[in-house]
Order: sequence, then structure tokens, then C-alpha cells
Amino acid sequence: MNTASAQANSTSSADAATKGAISIRNVTKIYDPDGVNVLAVEDCSIEIAPGEVCMIVGPSGCGKTTLLNAIAGFHSITSGQIDLDGEMLCGPGKPLADQGADRVVVFQNGALFPWKTLADNVAYGPIVQGTMTKAEAYGKAVDMLAEAGLSGVAGKYPGEVSSGMARRAEIVRALINDPKVLLLDEPYRAMDALTKSIMHESLLEVYDRTKVTIFFITHDLEEAIFLGDRVIVMTTRPARTKKIVDVKIERPRDYRLLSSEEFRVLVEETKGAVHEEAVKAFEAGERELA
Amino acid sequence: MAQATPNTQKSKSRIGKLVSNVTFWRGVVAILVFLALWEIGAQWKGWFGYMMPFVGKVAPPTDVIAIWMEVGQQPGYWLSWWLSSVRVFVGFLAAMIIGIPFGLAMAVNKYFRGIFFPPFEILRPIPPLAWVPASIIFWPTTEMSIMFITFLGAFYTIVINVLGGARSIDVQYLRAAQSMGASQWDLFYKIILPGTLPSIFVGAAVGMGITWEVVLAGEMMSGGGQQGGGGLGFFIWGSYMGGVMDQVIVGMISIGVAGYISSSLIRYLGHVCMPWRRMF
Ligand SMILES: Nc1ncnc2c1ncn2[C@@H]1O[C@H](COP(=O)(O)OP(=O)(O)OP(=O)(O)O)[C@@H](O)[C@H]1O
Ligand SMILES: [Mg+2]
Repeated sequence: MNTASAQANSTSSADAATKGAISIRNVTKIYDPDGVNVLAVEDCSIEIAPGEVCMIVGPSGCGKTTLLNAIAGFHSITSGQIDLDGEMLCGPGKPLADQGADRVVVFQNGALFPWKTLADNVAYGPIVQGTMTKAEAYGKAVDMLAEAGLSGVAGKYPGEVSSGMARRAEIVRALINDPKVLLLDEPYRAMDALTKSIMHESLLEVYDRTKVTIFFITHDLEEAIFLGDRVIVMTTRPARTKKIVDVKIERPRDYRLLSSEEFRVLVEETKGAVHEEAVKAFEAGERELA
Repeated sequence: MAQATPNTQKSKSRIGKLVSNVTFWRGVVAILVFLALWEIGAQWKGWFGYMMPFVGKVAPPTDVIAIWMEVGQQPGYWLSWWLSSVRVFVGFLAAMIIGIPFGLAMAVNKYFRGIFFPPFEILRPIPPLAWVPASIIFWPTTEMSIMFITFLGAFYTIVINVLGGARSIDVQYLRAAQSMGASQWDLFYKIILPGTLPSIFVGAAVGMGITWEVVLAGEMMSGGGQQGGGGLGFFIWGSYMGGVMDQVIVGMISIGVAGYISSSLIRYLGHVCMPWRRMF
């Protein structure tokens, strides 16, 4: 693959979203630290269509990250099954999914390697997978960073750029692997509103171009509705799906949407469900302390 | 958005930067003031008739410099420099070559750690100087035993730093790399190693300081016989035995300078090996 075809490549997956279907069926996860069982996820089932933006919200500590870690292959599951495009990632007889570049994770705190420049960070995946030579990977990385508006900082180290730039570069680093699924664990937490809105536009722009399946955990309900095709509200621990909000708003979306009536109604609807669970979680916490 | 183009304005001459640097001049002034106070203190008796406590017993800087000029013409003085430097270098290098892989192995493999960490922790509190008698018996030459204890001085510090540094690498870096398809070797070579480099350099800087302390003490103890003699430690000890106090001070300052040169070298290497930390 040569560098000139970067554009072509990123559109290749856009024509039809045929890959990246995730099927989570009856998944249960029990952590067992020092013999104290923690039931983090119980009998949770979610079907995600290819190319869907699936937003996960729920009270803190309910088991969202646990679910993401199971898909990514960082943790085993106790029972149930998770499939990707009809193939079992983990399930009976194989509790731990293999880690692979078809499901790339973008972390809450950011995990760009501080010892590599942004371009070298982005080039990392294709190099270690052996799918490109170093020069090819680097050329492609520079092109993709430029597409994301980061051409001026490609040669800088992560410590030298703003957190917003670093986070966008991290998403580019994930996308260069042409993954089936992007797994995002509160990627924009702790960002100011303005940076966040730039992040959202940039992510939507990427999504409209690639139609990659997105599994996105967040606490921000407006973010969830603005970005998502569906918002899945989880119950307090152990996590199950409490409510699914369908967001039938046309794409491409932009910021005028935020002030629309349709948007406000959806946010209110979701807020009600989340609030109920948050109160339950709080009361459960009180009981544990008492 | 920052428009700075990378790596273009960094080539300003180093000397030019130094001369225009306030911190540099502050350091120079501090040293000059220190020397002036020392000179006045040491000369007090000659000028005002009574001796200042402590500093009055020491030769003034002007005398020390005069003696230094003299001593600097004797090959024996430079030989002492050479001998101590070689001992420090060999001991330190051995400590790095053995200590870094050893620390990394303990960090990445729990069986290796289970076997080697307990004995390591028992041996670590024993000061290198306590090893002097044993090492004189172990090793065929005194030279080797001095190098061995310099090795020990740096070894423990380097291992502890490497182990701690490698173990505290954020698990998210490892996960990110793995999820992008990195093999075990990639993880080790491209994540754990660069992630541990800062700790390796901290360990090296501290270890280098300890190495100079240990080599000096080793040389003083070895007594400067035919075997393993000389070195700056023996230069000081010999001067003291000969009652030449000015030379003792020359020896002491020489060690200070040697230590400073060594730690500057390590800092410079760190700078070269870790470009991502230059912005600090
Ligand atoms: N490695 C682990 N060992 C034991 N318990 C764990 C482990 N990881 C998570 N847990 C527990 O499992 C529960 C769910 O954790 P998880 O991190 O999935 O929550 P979360 O929904 O991502 O929360 P947050 O919104 O705060 O990130 C929590 O009660 C947590 O304490
Ligand atoms: Mg979480």
C-alpha cells in the first residue's frame, strides 16, 4: 500500500459497513480478588450492528470498563459469549479473548507512548504487525495525522502537545490499523467543553469517513446522544442493560443539533433512567458502609 | 494551534546559550564567592592575628592552586586520576551490564523475581566497604577486589531503579501495544525498555556517585602497595601520612571534579537517549 492511497484506503471501509458486528450474549463477570467475589457484570446482552455508534452510560463502578476489557481481551469473562462478526472472541471454553488490532482501544487517560513522536506512535501498529515497512508506515502516519489536522505536530512528542491533540492523535493511531471496532473508554473525560466539542466534530468526521463500529463509554449524556446511534443505559452493579435509547437523528450531525427540541427530549429521557440507577448505586453504597 | 516546526531552532550554539544563561552565571558567582570566603577565612590569622575556627586550619585557595600547579606537573598525580577512573569505569560498566538485564528480568518474570529477589534484598544492606576483606580473599589481585567493590556500589542502586521503573510502567501502554498487535519481544524492546530508561539513568547517576565514594575508600584501605596501589584515594591518604595538607585538599577537589565530570557525562547520555524528556 503506498502513501498516496491513504485517502482511498480510509474510504474503502466506508462504502458499506459490513464488518464490526459485536454480539454480547448473557455475559457475566465475577472478579475474585482475595476470595471476595465481586459480581461486576451479570447476564448482560447487547447486539451491536456493523458500523453502529453504540454509547454506553451508567453509574460509576457499574461494570462498563469490565465489559470493554472483555471485548478487548484484557480480562476473561466468567460465562456467556462475545462474538465479533460471527466469530467467537470469548465464550465457553475460551474465557479470554485474544488481543488483536481488529479491536483497538483508546483509553481514558490517554496512552500515547511518551517516548515516541506522534507520527511514530501512529506508525507503531502497522510496524509491529509487519503489514508495512517502517518508511511506508511513517508516510501513512504523517498523511493520516494531516487529515486529522495535526500535520504541524507530527514530529512532536506527546508531552509537547495539548491533551486534545494527543487524544485525536490516539484515535488516528487506532484507525491506521483499519480496525473493525473502536473501543473508547471515556476518552474525553476531564476535557473542557470547548475542546470536547472539537473532539466530537473530529470523531464524527472520522466516523462519517470510515463507518467503523464504535463502542463508546461515557458519563456525559449530551455527548452520548450527540454521537450515538443508540445509547445503552446500564444498571448499577452488576451491570445489565436497563434502557436502550434509539437516536434516530440524521447524519452528518453538527452543533446546531444541540439546541433542537428532538435532542433535548432524548437527553431528558436518558437522564431519567441514569438518575434512577445513580440513586440506587448511591444507596447501595450507603448500605455497604453501614 | 502550535505552528512551531520541529527540530529547527535547536541548533543555536551551546557556548552561546551558556554565556547568555542567567543560571550559569549565578553558579559561577556562587563558586567565586565561596572561594573568596574561604580565602579570607584561611588568611585571617596572617591579616588580623588570630585564627578562625575550622577554616583557619585549612590552606587558602591561592596556596592550594599553587600546589596544584606543582602537583599537576608530576606524572604520579595524573596516574592517580587514571587509575581511579579506570576502576570506577570498569566497576560501573560491569554494574550496568549485569544490573540492567538482571533488574529487567526480575521485573518481567515472576519466577525469576521469586528466586532472586530475596537473596538480593539480604545482600543489599551490606555496605560495599564491608566486602573489602572478603573480596581481597576472593579475588586474586587487589586491583580486582577494588573493582569488585566499586561494582557492588553501583550494582544495587541500578538494579533497584530498573526493577522499580519497569514495574511502574503504566499497564495501559502495554495494553495499547498489545491491542495493536505487538509481540512479547516488541513489548519488551519497544515499551518496557524505553519506559524504563528514565529510571535507568536515575540509577546510573546515583550509582556513579556511590562508585566514586567506594573506590576512594577502597584505595585508602588497600594501602597503595605494589598491587592495586595509587589512585586518588591513595593520593589523599599518602599526602596525609606525609603531612602535606595542601595536597590533601588538591586530592579532595580532584575527586569533586572527577565526580562532576562523570555525572555530567551521564546527564548528557540521558539527554541523547531520551529526546522526549528534553522539554523539561
Ligand atoms: N481487577 C479487578 N478486581 C476486582 N474488582 C474489580 C476489578 N476491576 C473492577 N472491579 C470492580 O468491578 C466493578 C466494575 O468496575 P468497572 O471498572 O467495570 O466500572 P465502570 O463502570 O467502568 O466505572 P467507572 O464509570 O467509574 O469507570 C467495580 O465495583 C470495581 O470495583
Ligand atoms: Mg471505567
